[in-house]
Amino acid sequence: MSSQIDRIEGSGMPLRGDNIDTDRIIPARFLKAITFDGLGDHVFEDDRAAMADHPFSNPAYRQAKVLLANENFGSGSSREHAPQALKRWGIEACVGESFSEIFRGNSLAIGLACVTVSREAVEQLMSLVETAPDTPFSLSLQDRSLSADDLRVEIGVDNSVRDALLNGTWDATGMLLDDFDVVRGVAERVPYIRGF
Amino acid sequence: MGRTLLQKVWDLHTVRKLPTGQTQLFIGLHLIHEVTTPQAFDMLRARGIGVAFPGRTFATTDHIIPTLDQSRPFEDPLAETMLAALEKNCAEYSIPFWNLDSDRQGIVHVIGPELGLTQPGMTIACGDSHTSTHGALGAVAFGIGTSQVRDVLASQSLAFDPLKVRRITVDGQLASGVFAKDVILEIIARLGVKGGVGHAYEYGGSAIEAMGIDERLTICNMSIEGGARVGYVNPDQTTFDYLRGRPFAPQGEAFDRAVSWWGSTASDPDAAYDDVVEIPASEIEPRVTWGINPGQSVGISDTIPATGAGVDEALAFMGLSGGAPIQGTKIDVAFVGSCTNSRLSDLREAARIARGQRVASHVNALVVPGSQAVRAAAEQEGLDQVFRDAGFEWRGAGCSMCLAMNPDRLNGEQVCASSSNRNFKGRQGSPTGRTLLMSPAMVAAAALAGEVVDVRTVMSHV
Ligand code: SF4
Repeated sequence: MSSQIDRIEGSGMPLRGDNIDTDRIIPARFLKAITFDGLGDHVFEDDRAAMADHPFSNPAYRQAKVLLANENFGSGSSREHAPQALKRWGIEACVGESFSEIFRGNSLAIGLACVTVSREAVEQLMSLVETAPDTPFSLSLQDRSLSADDLRVEIGVDNSVRDALLNGTWDATGMLLDDFDVVRGVAERVPYIRGF
Repeated sequence: MGRTLLQKVWDLHTVRKLPTGQTQLFIGLHLIHEVTTPQAFDMLRARGIGVAFPGRTFATTDHIIPTLDQSRPFEDPLAETMLAALEKNCAEYSIPFWNLDSDRQGIVHVIGPELGLTQPGMTIACGDSHTSTHGALGAVAFGIGTSQVRDVLASQSLAFDPLKVRRITVDGQLASGVFAKDVILEIIARLGVKGGVGHAYEYGGSAIEAMGIDERLTICNMSIEGGARVGYVNPDQTTFDYLRGRPFAPQGEAFDRAVSWWGSTASDPDAAYDDVVEIPASEIEPRVTWGINPGQSVGISDTIPATGAGVDEALAFMGLSGGAPIQGTKIDVAFVGSCTNSRLSDLREAARIARGQRVASHVNALVVPGSQAVRAAAEQEGLDQVFRDAGFEWRGAGCSMCLAMNPDRLNGEQVCASSSNRNFKGRQGSPTGRTLLMSPAMVAAAALAGEVVDVRTVMSHV
């Protein structure tokens, strides 16, 4: 069983913009490897080169653990390299208006929590860390809440995601193998495997 | 109340309800390639777990391979390492692998249907977001990440949250010069790049039903660009005719029995949908993207938007001006290829435009068939010669310039007319490269003119 994840504590980082896709989070050329090692060094590499004050290059956010994002974060490719790069850089939770489904699933599979908050709340949190980058954040999956300074916002998280993180079943392999006879049973009843 | 194809396939493949509330679904077909799998095999090894159903996983290589010089070892040592890892993993776990020396090799989403591996009523998974492509044959096909590849190898199953079903009906007849690519670009422009989150898209209506499988594959391929996890077309006679005689399709009497089961997996006429969207075919014209996500497209007779969310950032990156016509945008590179549009019918449409013409002198144009089988069939028809005579390069099968993992890529701020599926910043290899998505016929027309043109004006001459 993987570790149980409830509370994530640490400072936040604002990453403004809708539809930030996985090609931007980790450009394809860094997928040319047979391990995920070292991906953290290349997170947002091209965006950082194009924008000197990119949050991932700003020393004020180097210790950040909570990434603040807008709409449809992580759209595009199914590359798990994207959440892997964020996690290896040090991000432990993504708080955004919305996420692409595959990105959210890939994040969960490596124990990186993706939770949603309203547009207003994201704006408040981003403004807060833009003026005071060290503000401590505390995200509780148990309480479905995020507090930063005297701000307390409700977070949206699917029950299945929350349970998997709280119970440590986000690494699904064990759970999927729990009842393997039933898997075999399905294989035997599916016409295209059983034979037409 | 009737059920949708999605519900029927979901129920058939349900292993059990998990303690998390998710459903454990059996995966009938698993396709793998070199990019998203080496870490998955390593995780299996580290945990001492084997592959549960090695006969249900099939491998090919597509993303990292050069389309010119394929001699081994590759010039790029990283690409060589990745292919060598796949070779080793497939050998160790007895997984069938169509490598470069096989006439079955090609882009994973092109060869699945082509070999008859992809069939109606199946669940399919692949470590690639465009796995939605396979829904064109009535399968429910999921793009997954590497940890999930590990889980399919280990358990032949995955955990999923339920999906809603949105029916997208395109009725009527598409005008000449309007293709499946234009239909899906129109759908994404209308519903948005995140409009499909939480949904499967079921495509239907007379325009979709009139399409061949190649075109349906193009539509389903880009479901993911609209945010939908899954896209499918109900299986019908066109589907069955396509599958007959393919190497992995049932043969003889078994084929007829398969057809009757396949037919039964289609959505019932009285199925209930969570949502229905209707788009008249007559409203669709050839489309071109002007921005940095696939939802940012306009009809060829339209102007580039000047205002709206994200428009400034997109125009600045693309070097385009709001309010200007999209027609006449200069291009440097033309690419016909990718799992969206690299099948035989795509090459035929592009060749129809290119025949007897010449690529503009400043344009670098290439045609990359989606598989070795497509390449051989095109050569049989002499399409390679049509392209070569017109000044296009004719390459080996692979992902090529769809993404930047092999030697084919944009340089600097080059503008590329591309039949691929993503116009993201940096997608085609240059961090400042610019991609204009369009149909293969439109790419061919742009290659000849050296700028974006309306393929319909060219077609009247051919
Ligand atoms: S052609 Fe492009 S989208 Fe399709 S599998 Fe290859 S890289 Fe992915």
